[in-house]
Amino acid sequence: MTDRKNWKVIGDSYHNTKSAGQQIDEMLSRDRQINPHWHSFMQALDTLGLTEMESRHKEVQRLLRENGVTYVVHGEQQGHRPWELDPIPLIISNTDWDAISTGLTQRAKLLNLILEDLYGERRLIKEGLIPPEVVYAHAGFLRACVGLIPSGFPLLLNYAADLARGADGRMWVLGDRTQTPSGAGYALENRTVLARALPNLFGEVGVHRLSFFFRSLQNSVLDLPLQYEFGQLGQLESASRIAPHQKDNPHVVVLTPGPLNETYFEHAYIANYLGYTLVQGDDLTVWDGRVWLKSLGGLRPVDIILRRVDDIFCDPLELRQDSRLGVAGLLEVIRQGNVIVVNPPGSGVLENPSLMPFLPNIAKHLIGEELRLPSAATWWCGEPKQRDYVLANLKQLVIKPIYRQPGGRPLFGSELSRTQLDTLRTQINAEPHLYVGQEYIHFSTTPSLVEGKLEPRRTILRFFLFSEKDGYAVMPGGLTRCEGERGELTVSIQEGGVSKDTWILAPEPEPHISLWQQRTERIQTAAASDGLSSRAAENLFWVGRYAERAEGQARLLRIMLDKAKMGKMGLETSHLGQVAPSTRFTETFGEEAREVSELTYLRSMLRSLTGLTSSHPGFVNKGEQSLESELLSIMLDTENSGSLVSTLQALVSAAYAVRDRWSTDTWRVMNNIENLCTTLENSVPKDGNTSAQILTDLVLQEAELASLDQLMIFLSALSGLNAESMTQTIGWMSLDMGRRIERALLLIVLCRSSLVAVQDEWIEDLLLESVLAAAESLITYRSRYRAALHFPTVLELLLLDEDNPRSLLYQLKRLQEHIQVLPREKLAYRLSEEEQLILEALTQLQLSNTIDLAERSAHTTQRNGLEKLLVRLAQILVDISDVLTHTYFSHSQPSVVSNQLLERDFD
Amino acid sequence: MNYKIIHKTEYSYTYPVNLCYNEARLTPRHHVYQQCNDSQFVVEPEPKECRERRDFFGNTIYYFTIQQPHNQLTVTVTSRVEVKGRELQLNFSEARHHDDRDRVTSVAEHLAWEEARQQLHTDSDPEILEMRQYVLNSPMIPAMPELHTYAEQSFTNGRPLLEAVEDLSTRLYTDFTYDPDFTTIATPLDDVIKYRRGVCQDFAHLGIGCLRALGLAARYVSGYIETEPPPDKQPLVGADASHAWFSVYFPQLGWVDFDPTNNQMPTDRHITVAWGRDYADVTPLKGIVFGSGTHALSVSVDCKRVF
Repeated sequence: MTDRKNWKVIGDSYHNTKSAGQQIDEMLSRDRQINPHWHSFMQALDTLGLTEMESRHKEVQRLLRENGVTYVVHGEQQGHRPWELDPIPLIISNTDWDAISTGLTQRAKLLNLILEDLYGERRLIKEGLIPPEVVYAHAGFLRACVGLIPSGFPLLLNYAADLARGADGRMWVLGDRTQTPSGAGYALENRTVLARALPNLFGEVGVHRLSFFFRSLQNSVLDLPLQYEFGQLGQLESASRIAPHQKDNPHVVVLTPGPLNETYFEHAYIANYLGYTLVQGDDLTVWDGRVWLKSLGGLRPVDIILRRVDDIFCDPLELRQDSRLGVAGLLEVIRQGNVIVVNPPGSGVLENPSLMPFLPNIAKHLIGEELRLPSAATWWCGEPKQRDYVLANLKQLVIKPIYRQPGGRPLFGSELSRTQLDTLRTQINAEPHLYVGQEYIHFSTTPSLVEGKLEPRRTILRFFLFSEKDGYAVMPGGLTRCEGERGELTVSIQEGGVSKDTWILAPEPEPHISLWQQRTERIQTAAASDGLSSRAAENLFWVGRYAERAEGQARLLRIMLDKAKMGKMGLETSHLGQVAPSTRFTETFGEEAREVSELTYLRSMLRSLTGLTSSHPGFVNKGEQSLESELLSIMLDTENSGSLVSTLQALVSAAYAVRDRWSTDTWRVMNNIENLCTTLENSVPKDGNTSAQILTDLVLQEAELASLDQLMIFLSALSGLNAESMTQTIGWMSLDMGRRIERALLLIVLCRSSLVAVQDEWIEDLLLESVLAAAESLITYRSRYRAALHFPTVLELLLLDEDNPRSLLYQLKRLQEHIQVLPREKLAYRLSEEEQLILEALTQLQLSNTIDLAERSAHTTQRNGLEKLLVRLAQILVDISDVLTHTYFSHSQPSVVSNQLLERDFD
Repeated sequence: MNYKIIHKTEYSYTYPVNLCYNEARLTPRHHVYQQCNDSQFVVEPEPKECRERRDFFGNTIYYFTIQQPHNQLTVTVTSRVEVKGRELQLNFSEARHHDDRDRVTSVAEHLAWEEARQQLHTDSDPEILEMRQYVLNSPMIPAMPELHTYAEQSFTNGRPLLEAVEDLSTRLYTDFTYDPDFTTIATPLDDVIKYRRGVCQDFAHLGIGCLRALGLAARYVSGYIETEPPPDKQPLVGADASHAWFSVYFPQLGWVDFDPTNNQMPTDRHITVAWGRDYADVTPLKGIVFGSGTHALSVSVDCKRVF
């Protein structure tokens, strides 16, 4: 069984990859046999075959992309990039795991005690166990956080550690993550995706489930107020502690720096998975000594903040003054015990490799134990002897600053040139206490699927712990990362590494657990914590508006391209009789002129449509542009903020800002839209072809038309999912209000640009047809009236038909329904501003008469009545949008830090 | 000596401010030579919340928030402080042997600066270990080779620490021009060095930077000096606002203050408010304001002897 010849999938090449290093392989024993805990997996893989595995790998990547799993890379303008997952898991045996998890728990307890001491009495420094510089020169030690939380409370609630197996077969701790440990969400998503791609394997191999950990995390979070309250007795008497009802049902939020953060996907994912509200700093405010969420319905108290904002950005008053990511006054609320922040600000001081050499002694001192998991051998240059060692062995060591700057990476002595080594030496000599040297560990390798074959790749593991009542819960799994290219020295996702699922073998199969199986008394938590922040509501509103706008633009563009194409190919058709223009026109101006004037009107419609976005400088000012370049610009020009691609970009970024609000399916649709948008952008050749040539090519290839068709389908899917799959709470209402306002405005623009001016009858017919098509009402019209186009009837269907979901009246009615139920204070018998506005719009519209509207005004070539009505309605809709923004989205408190009272006030 | 100090800060805003959070370090500290008997804050408009606490350095912080629209914010602090027994030439603000001052003085006067540095870096006395943080760079005082070069001249081989620091302080007084129009709070230290101009804050930062460059522990002190001089004394510079100077640590003995702006060692005409690594640790009043528009600031200090 253990004879390697039995394993087809491994292949000789894997065995023969005798790597330069002394590293060992996770799958192989020292005599290059398969380790017993890999047997069942390898057997299953053998049955499956590598070719099948490769196709599962593709499935994995497809799922990840569709689920929108991304990771934002520093310095890349394009922002987030897809998450990579290797389908071969890393497998850890049960006995190995016992040792690792016990070691991790011990380390977490120890670090918690150190944290408590450093922000309390600092006896470890005074008694000489930690040199002062290790703490005081570390930028993560925040003096404002000293005494923030009375002693005796757990501080290190959330902890992660990076481990690697060295050449001796032992696991070594490479680093600690204590501020805002990330990765647990990615680990969960890796598992979810892999379980879909390899459904049978989990059962066969017997793998620990991750859901237990998250359920226990959820319970621990809910227990936090009780825990803090309990410890509180006898400490301080404070009446303003978290109110009793909040203790049973605390309001939990996940504080994210926002969509630009590298792990934003995870913030949204975790918030969504655990049922917490995802917020940004601006969504919170300190008022009357508490933290509140600015929600659509007013201020809602917040009891627990799971933060993903780094320590120094948490509070601009006491920490970094220029921070826009935190909440002013937050530290003082923590001091008062009115909010629990996980982890408390200041915990970053433990992300400090210069602590490592001192940990064994501290462990003996504080808990009377030896460290179960050793740290990678580390020399702190603040001590002369250790510094001398580091300087003498620079080429063999990994050099790290004691404080990790964002985006900073360790330096590998072996990679540096002579000059670089000299520079490094000078830096270390100038401020030795700011550097450590760390032993270069020959990370163990693990099999990875590379181009259809198994290859050994060096590996780091990250494990996650969360504090619970009497210790820590360890996630039975983790985030494994391995080098993307063979021979890379760093193993980091930031630098192109690939992730893996981590399987901890379970002694016996575990039941499936869902987060819904909660203690009964807590069931209401999820519903009650559906706090929608004003910012989220505003983003949803704009998702509605942009989605509708994109749909309108795409539909109109499609009509135009169709016509343009037909024109080019000499086809002449119309669906609705009266094909030919009046003979007089053709006689006078010729066929070509007819074609041109038809396009001219479409063009003016498009132009007004762009005008709706009030951002068309390049469009209006360029004077007489060719139709082709106008079309191209309105479709594909990213510089033109009214173009279709710009609208799509705006749609995606508004949706991304409320990432936690979307179902998986909705997000897939959104991803498709984003990809299509990228395709459209790239479809314009960068060389100097004339717009006319480009357009002709595009149209002839039918690429654009196909893309537009696809886009229409995606947008309809989005609209369908919004309508049918979102709970119709205030969030959905915000989105739908956005849609209604936008749809109404688009319709008004269409009517104004095509129907107000009086035209030759045949042109008017063409325009009526186009408007009906653009308003998705052509079929309705045909089936209902089965007659030639009749101006007042068309107006009736477009403006006043309440049964037509595309009509103006329909939009206004829906809008009114939403507006009526918005949360607001009762104003006796008076209507609120937005209620008045929508009432006026509806009244004006319903009092109008289509026969009159269709009448041409005396001495003009215009239908002035129609124009007047449409202008007024458009104005009201814009006003409603403004009032909603002002009243519900931004609230009465301006949320901008405009100045700081840091002033020179002395001689 | 008894003082009554009135420190008034006024902010006027072009547009109303709806919400602000503030931290004031305007309450004079207690120390061996100083007793603050009373310190009253009057804030207008009335704060919704106000609270007092001690910061890391033991300074008193007055935290307050205002949750109503206001065009003007006035913070008036009235303090009564007694300064006593600081007439001597050598004053340790935290002398542990102040019962035997002559011996302490004699030790301090002869302690060579290299020896002080040696003790600071090797002694495992808990107090000394804590003081090592004052050797490190701080937010407003980065390490610069110029500081070391400038300091070297005063710190010749074997020179007593006290004498060397006095010399450094005097050189700062002589070499640098007091110029309130030259620097702002944001002027970096290298500009001060380059143009040899600044105010008390800059001179204090310079002194501290020089001492730290040599591996010594130094800190920043903010405070007041008497507004009207007694009939027989010269008026001091910096009397109409907050003042600042620096302090150097003598291992096992304590801290000694130097005021390079006035070229003297503070005695009973200096009132200490707060200390820290540099100005950023002891900013008299800072806040986050929610509102649009700009603001104008005016500060006045009146520090009078009372009999």
